[in-house]
Amino acid sequence: MSAVLSTPGVAPRQSEGVWHAAWKRLRGDRVGMSSLVVVLAFAALVLLGATGLLARDWQKEVGVPNAPPLFMGPAPAAEQSAIPVPKGPNVDISAVDPLAPRYKEWDERAAKFKAVETVKRETLPFGGDRLGRDVLTKAMKGTQTSVFVGLMAAVAATLVGTLLGALAGFFGGKVGDFLEWLYSVFTAVPDILLILAFAALFGRGIGSVATILALVGWTGLYRQVRAEFLKHSVREYVRSAEAIGASAVSRMFRHILPNISHVILVRMSLLVVGFIKFEVILSYLGLGVGVDDVSWGTMLAEAQSELILGYWWQLVAATAFMAVFVTAFSLFADALRDALDPKLRGLE
Amino acid sequence: MKPPAAPIRGSGVGPDLSSRPETLTTDNMAAYLIRRLWQMIPTLIGVVLLVFFLFKYFGGDPAEILGGLNATPQQIDAIREQLGLNKPVWQQLLIYFRSIVTLDWGHSWATNEAVSNIFATRAPATLTVMLPILLLDTLLALPIAMWVAYRRGSLADRSIMVIATVALSVSFLVYIIVGQYLFGFQLGWFPVQGWSDSTWTNLVTYVPLPVLLALLVGIAPQTRLYRTFFLDELGHDYVRTARAKGMTERTVLFKHVLRNAMIPILTNIGLALPGVFIGSFLIEVFFSIPGLGREIILAVNRSDYPVIQAVTVYLAILTMVVNLAVDILYKLVDPRVVLK
Repeated sequence: MSAVLSTPGVAPRQSEGVWHAAWKRLRGDRVGMSSLVVVLAFAALVLLGATGLLARDWQKEVGVPNAPPLFMGPAPAAEQSAIPVPKGPNVDISAVDPLAPRYKEWDERAAKFKAVETVKRETLPFGGDRLGRDVLTKAMKGTQTSVFVGLMAAVAATLVGTLLGALAGFFGGKVGDFLEWLYSVFTAVPDILLILAFAALFGRGIGSVATILALVGWTGLYRQVRAEFLKHSVREYVRSAEAIGASAVSRMFRHILPNISHVILVRMSLLVVGFIKFEVILSYLGLGVGVDDVSWGTMLAEAQSELILGYWWQLVAATAFMAVFVTAFSLFADALRDALDPKLRGLE
Repeated sequence: MKPPAAPIRGSGVGPDLSSRPETLTTDNMAAYLIRRLWQMIPTLIGVVLLVFFLFKYFGGDPAEILGGLNATPQQIDAIREQLGLNKPVWQQLLIYFRSIVTLDWGHSWATNEAVSNIFATRAPATLTVMLPILLLDTLLALPIAMWVAYRRGSLADRSIMVIATVALSVSFLVYIIVGQYLFGFQLGWFPVQGWSDSTWTNLVTYVPLPVLLALLVGIAPQTRLYRTFFLDELGHDYVRTARAKGMTERTVLFKHVLRNAMIPILTNIGLALPGVFIGSFLIEVFFSIPGLGREIILAVNRSDYPVIQAVTVYLAILTMVVNLAVDILYKLVDPRVVLK
């Protein structure tokens, strides 16, 4: 795969590396480059969120419950379903109130603490949820969780799939048979059953979701890496490496792996998209991220009941963030594949 | 997306093709079948072990779930005794294997319904929804894919690609939530959810909305995939030869390209088949369809081992049989394929 891309007739010189050539091709791809920009913007969002610079206080209830977006104006008072404050003078019942003697003491004690009166806002930039949390901040935090889970799970699945695929493809024999057996077992059990079982094992949380998805999703990558290793392990350059005494590990990971890394990279970028969608469904079912976290899935879960009451903004916010990211990432993955594997260019 | 079968196209000009046209004798077919069926046993054992230990050690305790919140320790012990959960692990495993061999799965621990009865009543509901989806998906996507592949680079082609990317970018959940709200709640075209005893009522009343939503999300990506298969074939030399011979475009497309593209298409349909039987659990949960997918989730939540174990084994067998069937279909579609 590290074919030299030089035109015949030109004097031999330092040949272009596969990565350099791929980058040049990618740079010429306008759709690919613009999607890369979007993906990088989201990556910045995730990093800013992770360091606490952005959307840190997404849990703060800054608005009235279900506050409408700014451009819609505040909701009519009747819809806010607030209990009206009773008017008229307070009746003095201290003669019969058994707690009356202690009111003064409690007031003094209460005065020791600083109480801040917060004014809840009637509208929020893109509306508020059931508790009056800002939907836009929430969506940013949710983006951070969902993208992070998708990436982590894809990286983990890639590590597992690559390692097992390399072992199976390179060694074959007993090891290969065993891994093929493992593969067939994992693909014969329905995904949903595996996910539910692993979810019971790991509990909820960002790390657990990533682990579960990786454990269920490594099979496709394994298959491809194995096929590549089968093909490459008998090639001349690997034989030559063996002849000069390169160990098996060195041949697998220093010689073959760089030559198939573009296949793995493309496959991994496809996994990210799949895993992000799976995380949404898992979180919706209550098997995903913890109750203190927010992700696109938990937002959608809340949005379903809100929609019937006419509060559409949470649904739109979560969907819009997801649609933009996933579209950009898929386009980027396509461009990446075109750049790294020019043979496939334009086929899909 | 390459089928896992033996080299198909790579050796297109190999010497063995013309000299020895692999004939499909009943003898070597039977040998092949027996070998493949024989290979299923270790996989099945693996599946059984995986599911058994996964749920045995990590799932909820069925006795505690069945006992409820107010059960005394004595009651829980009694349930455990009754279900055979206090027997040694190897004995429980033996019971599992015995039920596979005898195909007698006993009764659900949670509802005492016979497991075979659960299958008999839940599977039709799943098939009622999933078969129309698979059928319509394929029947609609195939011609569109062929057309856009033929007109590669045209406006229609590029639009389909854009729609496919965007349609896939939104979670199926959003489609369901918005679809139920819009078509069911606001416009009132379909009931939001529900199910009846009559298959016909189901098909005309309750199935259309889930099928419509599944097609909305599924047809564009399906088209995109099939388009790849057609493009792959259109680039081959035989297409140019056929055209040079003066064949009509129609003959080229339907007699040559379509037949060659059938292999990856069949693989794809074959891979989707086991999913038809599990049902999309999302669809079943959202539209309250009493199908197998919903049953699996219920069973896992109740740690209902007999149901979980039966479902797993059946689906594993089904997956393997479908894979085998796809491999045999290759042979029928493309005589060059060597079964080994």
